[in-house]
Amino acid sequence: MENIETFYEVMRRQGITRRSFMKYCSLTAAALGLGPSFVPKIAHAMETKPRTPVIWVHGLECTCCSESFIRSAHPLAKDVVLSMISLDYDDTLMAAAGHQAEAALEETIEKYKGNYILAVEGNPPLNEDGMYCIVGGKPFVDQLHHAAKHAKAVISWGACASYGCVQAAKPNPTRATPVHKVITDKPIIKVPGCPPIAEVMTGVITYMLTFDKMPELDRQGRPQMFYSQRIHDKCYRRPHFDAGQFVEEWDDENAKKGYCLYKMGCKGPTTYNACSTVRWNEGVSFPIQSGHGCIGCSEDGFWDQGSFYDRVTDLTQFGVEANADKVGLGAAGVVGAGVAAHAAISALKSAQKKTQSKKEEA
Amino acid sequence: MTLTPNGFDLDNTGRRIVVDPVTRIEGHMRCEVNVDEQGVIRNAVSTGTMWRGLEVILKGRDPRDAWAFTERICGVCTGTHALTSVRAVEDALGIMIPDNANSIRNIMQLNLEIHDHVVHFYHLHALDWVNPINALKADPKATSELQQSVSPSHPMSSPGYFRDVQNRLKKFVESGQLGLFKNGYWDNPAYKLPPEADLMATTHYLEALDLQKEIVKVHTIFGGKNPHPNWLVGGVPCPINMDGVGSVGAINMERLNLVSSIIDKCHEFNKNVYLPDVVAIGGFYKNWLYGGGLSSKACLAYGDIPENPNDFSPEQLHLPRGAIINGNLDEVHEVDPRDPEQVQEFVDHSWYTYGEPGKGLHPWDGITEPNYELGPNAKGTRTNILELDEAAKYSWIKAPRWRGHAMETGPLARYIVGYSKGHEEISDQVNRLLRTMDLPVDALFSTLGRTAARALESEYCGRLQRYFFDKLVTNIKNGDSTTANVEKWDPKTWPKEAKGVGMTEAPRGALGHWIKIKDGRIENYQCVVPTTWNGSPRDTKGNIGAFEASLMNTPMERPDEPVEILRTLHSFDPCLACSTHVMSPDGDELTQVKVR
Repeated sequence: MENIETFYEVMRRQGITRRSFMKYCSLTAAALGLGPSFVPKIAHAMETKPRTPVIWVHGLECTCCSESFIRSAHPLAKDVVLSMISLDYDDTLMAAAGHQAEAALEETIEKYKGNYILAVEGNPPLNEDGMYCIVGGKPFVDQLHHAAKHAKAVISWGACASYGCVQAAKPNPTRATPVHKVITDKPIIKVPGCPPIAEVMTGVITYMLTFDKMPELDRQGRPQMFYSQRIHDKCYRRPHFDAGQFVEEWDDENAKKGYCLYKMGCKGPTTYNACSTVRWNEGVSFPIQSGHGCIGCSEDGFWDQGSFYDRVTDLTQFGVEANADKVGLGAAGVVGAGVAAHAAISALKSAQKKTQSKKEEA
Repeated sequence: MTLTPNGFDLDNTGRRIVVDPVTRIEGHMRCEVNVDEQGVIRNAVSTGTMWRGLEVILKGRDPRDAWAFTERICGVCTGTHALTSVRAVEDALGIMIPDNANSIRNIMQLNLEIHDHVVHFYHLHALDWVNPINALKADPKATSELQQSVSPSHPMSSPGYFRDVQNRLKKFVESGQLGLFKNGYWDNPAYKLPPEADLMATTHYLEALDLQKEIVKVHTIFGGKNPHPNWLVGGVPCPINMDGVGSVGAINMERLNLVSSIIDKCHEFNKNVYLPDVVAIGGFYKNWLYGGGLSSKACLAYGDIPENPNDFSPEQLHLPRGAIINGNLDEVHEVDPRDPEQVQEFVDHSWYTYGEPGKGLHPWDGITEPNYELGPNAKGTRTNILELDEAAKYSWIKAPRWRGHAMETGPLARYIVGYSKGHEEISDQVNRLLRTMDLPVDALFSTLGRTAARALESEYCGRLQRYFFDKLVTNIKNGDSTTANVEKWDPKTWPKEAKGVGMTEAPRGALGHWIKIKDGRIENYQCVVPTTWNGSPRDTKGNIGAFEASLMNTPMERPDEPVEILRTLHSFDPCLACSTHVMSPDGDELTQVKVR
């Protein structure tokens, strides 16, 4: 075991100095409300801690989240998988199959009880006893419960796991159900989008590894760092909206000039996501920049809000800010979000304490 | 022993082996086989184990939105369902797309073929042939020599480069946390590569992982994001504005330059890495020519990449169309997706029910009522299946048939159809490959043939991509910057009732969408997708499907370790989310169960 590449070694290899590492440990101690005497303990834990195991399960989905994840440019997907986490079960990418794959899942759960992250892509269907999605001869929902039981936190990747997405669109024939309605006793981070942006996905994971805590979540359980503002708020075409310059028809002169796509049904004014800032595929573009309105894929129930080409109706040209304020007022339930996030951090903390005390025993 | 009408001797008396989940595929799949005393597969059962019901969800919606729903059928072959969908709607409504839209759509579709093939080979399939643990024993200097001998033009070939990768791999393995390689079959004698070839291929696994994120940027430029770029009925959503006011943000010179550079980068990789790897790895497995299955008997291709917009006649398509049946490569049949006698789906062994047993339905008239039940000889329970009973219903995949024949579809089927039709580029590529590897034409009908056809196609698609890029630029130069036709955008311009069909060649094979529109809304929508063809269960007459056929008579080194099963199934690049999404058009309320 002396050759385990620890978190410290990984950080060093990523170009982080010993000094920064110690500073990071102090910050972590402060963040967790621990005194300076805990700093060496944290440093010791970091220096000896194995890579965080991740179990990545798949329900009803289309695998676009996995595909997006491997598009990550910073960090590169290969660095995440080889150096930052230990992806111990992921039926899309793992070498083993069948019994050996199931054994890998069991071994990981057993060995890292309370210390692995469960990443969920897709969702469980509950109709037909769950048999619209079968893994190992059993309903996927069983695997989900089983893997969640000892997870330290759950990440709901994408619109499927977070909200249900396309298979849950009306009339939701399989009763596809988002993860948080099935797993109710674990901290859950929703990373919505169909799919989420690659760097948002790796950003969430590396945040958790780096700061060893859940990211700050909003009322809906989404990381605030990526989902707290609307696409419209930071859209580079916003000045055209404000100036009343709109595309009236596909490929018209205004489209060629890059005017606002609001009249073509753009859902940017009601969609919370990082597309207009982080952009897609290493910042190359995002839907509006390439001429099509936002379809709102990171919003709950976006499939059932009328046509993607219907103008956003609860929005008049000059009423946008009022509307946004209303949204803001609604979010005054931030207290609730705080409580949820706090509970999550506590859960992580206690998980971490357990690890440490184990280490000390050993 | 049972002889199937399509010529396979099935014997289910031997030991039953179950593989569930089948990993490194898209979606959920199970496979069961019986092996004889020598460990040779004598019966094969392939089961789709998921079902999402997208077609009923589409009912009553705006046909102009359908591309976004169907695109979410699959995030791996992202875009191809969307393209098929806009083609179906345009076919139904008689919408003609502009020339630039045809070129841009072709560039995007070809981009997907290349991306999908590269990711499939390196990240889903390679570990069936390549042993990354064995790569630790390689001599980096000898690996460098091997690299330079198989691909003199690939710049990343120094001994130091391979030593670095090996060191990183060593650290990873010695950490004891094997991650994705955990519980692999690394001491199985089915792996035949010398350590240097293993190190070279493992290195390319990582190179391809870096490259694939570059490939998709073509989708990002024209469609705004990947996975799941945006499409438009009537053309493409991205306007062209080369040097007018506001051209920043539109398709302009900078954007075209980026597309062009990616096309070159991909083509270099295909020529210098992907194809040489397949030849090099294939060379060590030349004696393992199992897995041909239906490929020598029955192949189906719809064809794709139209030279001109709105013209899908076979002679106008760069990827060939046609059907081969009864193993007669001298006769390639024309395929008509509108003919009710040609494409039909059966459900005798699928978890659905039609009114009459043994009945087949054309997709325009497709109905699907779910009916999950296990046969009397199944072992286990309804929610804990130990063994399936293939004499009864056993899959969420329907059984599509072309004039009653079970068909293989995909890159190998396209290449066999193209080769039989004398398609110049395809024949040339195939002949050169066979000469290089010193193999007869029959060698194509194998697992390795399927894998090789995919690599050849990736290279050919790169050339086509360059061709359509040049065509786009020429057309812009000639003064045409139109990308969308909006004459029939408004549903008020549509007929009261209309029906259409859209076809593409998805990376995995022939893909068709059939739509019926009534009063501006979707009345019925059916998709028959590549993995429905390949992963099909048995039909009324007992014909086995392409996955099942390909596993037959394959010897397994160690029946408990399914290396050979994975190798052959992966050679089809299965996509289960695609294949199993059908649903009753009337959307019957199904059984409700409690949340556990």
